[in-house]
Amino acid sequence: MTLPHLADPAGRYRTMRLIRGFEELALEWVRAGHVVGGTHPYIGQEAVAVGVCAALDPADRITSTHRGHGHVLAKGADPGRLLAELAGRTNGLNRGRGGSMHAADLALGILGANGMVGAGAPIAVGAAWASVRLGEPRVAVSFFGDGALNQGVLLESLNLASIWRAPAVFVCENNGYATTLPASAGVGGSAVGRAAAFGIPAVTVDGMDVEAVRRAAEEAVERARTGGGPSFLECLTYRYEAHHTMERRFKLAYRSAEEVAAWRARDPLTAAAAALPDAAALDAEAARLLEEAAEFALAGPHPDPAGAADHLYATALEGTAG
Amino acid sequence: MTLLSYPKALNRALADALADDPAVCVLGEDVGAGLAGLTLGLQQRFGADRVVDTPLSEQAFTSAAIGAALVGMRPVIELQIPSLLYLVLEQLANQAHKFSLMTGGQARVPLTVVVPGSGSRSGWAGQHSDHPYSLFAHIGMKTLVPATPGDAYGLLASAIRDDDPVVLFAPAGALAVREDVTAPLVPVPIGRARVHRPGTDVTLVAVGHLVHDALAVAEELAPEISVEVLDPRTLYPLDRAALTASLARTGRLVVADDSNRTSGLAAELLATAAESGRLSAPPLRVTRPDGTVLPFAPALDRALQPSRDALREAVLTAVK
Ligand SMILES: Cc1ncc(C[n+]2csc(CCOP(=O)(O)OP(=O)(O)O)c2C)c(N)n1
Repeated sequence: MTLPHLADPAGRYRTMRLIRGFEELALEWVRAGHVVGGTHPYIGQEAVAVGVCAALDPADRITSTHRGHGHVLAKGADPGRLLAELAGRTNGLNRGRGGSMHAADLALGILGANGMVGAGAPIAVGAAWASVRLGEPRVAVSFFGDGALNQGVLLESLNLASIWRAPAVFVCENNGYATTLPASAGVGGSAVGRAAAFGIPAVTVDGMDVEAVRRAAEEAVERARTGGGPSFLECLTYRYEAHHTMERRFKLAYRSAEEVAAWRARDPLTAAAAALPDAAALDAEAARLLEEAAEFALAGPHPDPAGAADHLYATALEGTAG
Repeated sequence: MTLLSYPKALNRALADALADDPAVCVLGEDVGAGLAGLTLGLQQRFGADRVVDTPLSEQAFTSAAIGAALVGMRPVIELQIPSLLYLVLEQLANQAHKFSLMTGGQARVPLTVVVPGSGSRSGWAGQHSDHPYSLFAHIGMKTLVPATPGDAYGLLASAIRDDDPVVLFAPAGALAVREDVTAPLVPVPIGRARVHRPGTDVTLVAVGHLVHDALAVAEELAPEISVEVLDPRTLYPLDRAALTASLARTGRLVVADDSNRTSGLAAELLATAAESGRLSAPPLRVTRPDGTVLPFAPALDRALQPSRDALREAVLTAVK
């Protein structure tokens, strides 16, 4: 059973709109001080999260990145609880203990956004391998950026997945930059070349086209499900906003206005809306969901400082005073 | 009398855990052949998909074990040498240890890391002789250093059953120890110290292989001095109550800790003793020097580790 909210083009568009709206709201909330620590905005990359998750079942799993809101929402996390998490409330996904970079919902197979670049890949490989061992083959997708291509652990993970034939899908969101370092200056060879070197089928797709991403992801997921082992997807995309909301302070100039404008002209939402008869109604639905989310998040209580160390261990420890 | 060796005890704990629980698996380099002794025969018995030979990719297989743990398995990974722990600090300190809190209690990571042959193996020089248990206690990972075969069995059994990540150091200096195990092997609770020898004049806390040196020194001094030998066994969580109770009997403390001096485990034990208000004399510690890197030549290697002579001197000074 595929994820019901992504089962058709309308659902996929609505989810992309929800992610876009969520990210815009998060930017506002950073400015308003409701969200501390800032965020890494996902605006512009929505087609990747939605296209890939459209190929997944509810039981499948994902690992995500510092720029993870889109993946978490696409996999089906409640936007109110994600927003509450960004605001550090007890009704957040992680009870206010994780924040933007660690949002997780294990019941939905979301094994966590991750603040360490590349760290999610081996975790996904392990989850994929374990699911086969446990007799419930679930696919595990790892999202990561072009910057992660240069983390050794990612290369180790490609090899492990390959020799184990793990039902894993590696999704590289190549948005052209690792913070300010252009991929052209940071990535020797190519993303797909790395995967191919480990014997992993790898393709590059237009990451601004949600249906193209979905088709490629379906092929990869199908391969994983039928024992064909891992696949690698490079999605060419772009982030419209700063790397992190703090970047505004420094007025960094590493991309030209023309470059940003050229990518914006290929906006994944505009393109997807053009193919739908009722995009405006879907926009309204997404807006309503966000209103409810905001209300839910702001109504959430702040955590009690007396419980600041709660959940540090799965099993309680005695006598560990601070 | 049945004599059980330390590696065989670990081997038995692994075998029992694999037999008891299908979620248990072992991953590591050369575990199929059983290079370190711990996994001898296990792959033949339990299969290559449960006792998994990994490529030399410590970071990936450590994190893969974390991923497997997150979804319901109880993986044990074997790291061939203690210095590999530095390669996987990201995976252990940043991922495994932090998952439970960061997810607000949604995730548990029942991962066990076993490091056989930790500390000096004589002649293995700078990059193979560290004993970094203090580092993991500092991070707050459950950190175990069994001194005897029985404790090695019992602590590994508990580690595998524990729902949190645990690091178990098997000191090279203790691997040759054999123990009469006519009594059944049982799990040893994490966080409980063991009094190996009761005494009234001074508490000698020793960790890992140093327990055996401490017992020898206590025996030697027995006619004049009554030395209580206390082994914390688990360095984190530390059995502070056992230490305080021992100091209530003796009022004096010497700590033997085969890790580096500054911010090491011995410092923590001295601080705990000072806070307990039970000390009637200044406490002493016998450790490796600050920032130790063990040199190759045997005489140099030994010169930087806590020796039996240094222990004896410290005990004599403490009771003066
Ligand atoms: C291992 C690691 N190195 C550095 C950082 C700091 N950092 C956070 S995000 C980032 C850039 C990541 O770029 P990329 O992987 O392309 O993802 P993107 O931000 O473009 O989505 C860096 C350097 C980090 N979090 N982890």
